[in-house]
Amino acid sequence: MSNIKIDLEMVTLIEMRNVSKDYSKGIHALINVNLRIEKGEFIFLVGASGAGKSTFIKLLLKEEDPSEGKIIVSDEDITHLSRRRIPYLRRNIGVVFQDFRLLPNKTVYENVAFAMEIIEASSKEIRRQVPMVLGMVGLSDKASQYPHQLSGGERQRVSIARAIVNNPSILIADEPTGNLDPETAWEIMKVLRQINRRGTTILMATHAKDIVDVMQQRVIALEKGRVVRDQQRGAYGYED
Amino acid sequence: MKIRTLKYMMKQGFVGLWRNKNMSLASITSVAASLVVLGLIIILVLNINNIASLTQLQFDTVQVYVQEELTEEEISLLGSNIEAIKGVETALYESKEQAMLNMKERWGEQGYLLETLEENPLPNSYVINLEGIDYADGVVSNLKNLEGVDEVKYYKEIIENLLKIAGFIRTVGLALIGILILVAMFIISNTVKLALNARRQEINIMKYVGATNWFIRWPFIVEGVILGLLGAMIALVVVRYGYGYTFDAINNKFTVVFSAYLLPLDILMGRTMMMFAVIGAGVGALGSIVSLRKHLRV
Ligand SMILES: Nc1ncnc2c1ncn2[C@@H]1O[C@H](COP(=O)(O)OP(=O)(O)O)[C@@H](O)[C@H]1O
Ligand SMILES: [Mg+2]
Repeated sequence: MSNIKIDLEMVTLIEMRNVSKDYSKGIHALINVNLRIEKGEFIFLVGASGAGKSTFIKLLLKEEDPSEGKIIVSDEDITHLSRRRIPYLRRNIGVVFQDFRLLPNKTVYENVAFAMEIIEASSKEIRRQVPMVLGMVGLSDKASQYPHQLSGGERQRVSIARAIVNNPSILIADEPTGNLDPETAWEIMKVLRQINRRGTTILMATHAKDIVDVMQQRVIALEKGRVVRDQQRGAYGYED
Repeated sequence: MKIRTLKYMMKQGFVGLWRNKNMSLASITSVAASLVVLGLIIILVLNINNIASLTQLQFDTVQVYVQEELTEEEISLLGSNIEAIKGVETALYESKEQAMLNMKERWGEQGYLLETLEENPLPNSYVINLEGIDYADGVVSNLKNLEGVDEVKYYKEIIENLLKIAGFIRTVGLALIGILILVAMFIISNTVKLALNARRQEINIMKYVGATNWFIRWPFIVEGVILGLLGAMIALVVVRYGYGYTFDAINNKFTVVFSAYLLPLDILMGRTMMMFAVIGAGVGALGSIVSLRKHLRV
């Protein structure tokens, strides 16, 4: 009886307690943020430009340290994580950016394999894993192409494949559809949804009202650094 | 570290080096130049020290030239006066004829050259063995006051002067090498900086995917070390053939006189090779570490 209950209980992946971030005196990028992200969630982080979305992501990646508060990822307090430990934190977090960040002189396959090579995965694992994730993002037939031969949507799918190839528990995407037309943006959303269904938690910072409204997922809204709304099955908001 | 990782580091190191060929060449040249100068100084100093110690062994004696016009009685009186000086063990008379014979013997095959001399230019002399090197200065000043003494040849002075010159060369040389090595490090760190800039994007991605800091740094250190070692190899070749050539040239021209005093090539080269390799690699590694500290926040 009690075992079943544990199975049904949610597992907290990320927790922020009273987190604030000041860049310099007067610039309060985040103010007193409290929230939990459970394993398997799909979350939109919304807010106007300058609201603090990217700062939120940088705190999770330890690109920036919080000025105040506590951040816990997978039961580990990362508030004062030593610089030597940071790479191991990042191996558990896949990241995707608006500008794709692919290496122009590597093929699609090599760009994805690169993420495994630098954490010293075995060639056997690489040969198994890379084709699999390329399949998941629908790029099996483009493996030997170079980034300049691909459309924007395809490039973003390569960068998603790279972000998930090491099996992170969470995939963070900072405005992944920002550079794409609406139709292509939807393709990306389909891919992300599919990845989420396979158990990967997804946190996506975005401006795209239509997408947020249609997807009906949890929405965390930031305004001038404060969480003004945190809603299950939410919509983007009233205006913007 | 896995073999594949090691291969990756080496490959990235060479790729970086090849991408900025001109700067790499400048780095290698400047390391080579520093080490060639270092090699020259080592060779000079070691040889001078060697000459000094050999000379010390052979001439642990004081030679007194006797005035030309002295009669035989006066010469033998001088001999007993010399033996009376405290610290003198023996005083052996060597006539100018005997001196000439000895020199012919020492010159060996080239001895015939001396036969062309019309007049024997060598003086009559006393060769004095000291009871100990500590008496040398006292004996020499006493000798200078004796009647009938033309000149006191005392090799300690020559040895001391040689050692002074060696010391001077060493000091000036080390300062010069210090400067050259700093220049080499500066050039290497700039070369590595270019390699770093060429790979900024890649490094950025590596950081996000969770590459460790050392994984990111190593290829650049490898590049610096390769640059340093290539410079060391060139310097070694230059010094090896340069010294070999000079050694032979001196031997051919002055046969007997010098060859015994110069250190043979292989003795020099063994030590020099190790030293060059260590310094070359060290300068390269330091150069890249300087650059990484300044330009790479991992
Ligand atoms: N490195 C930085 N130094 C100083 N201020 C910054 C820095 N990064 C962001 N900011 C400021 O922090 C606030 C939040 O920025 P950001 O997190 O990038 O917002 P968003 O991603 O929602 O557009 C903005 O006012 C921005 O100007
Ligand atoms: Mg942003």
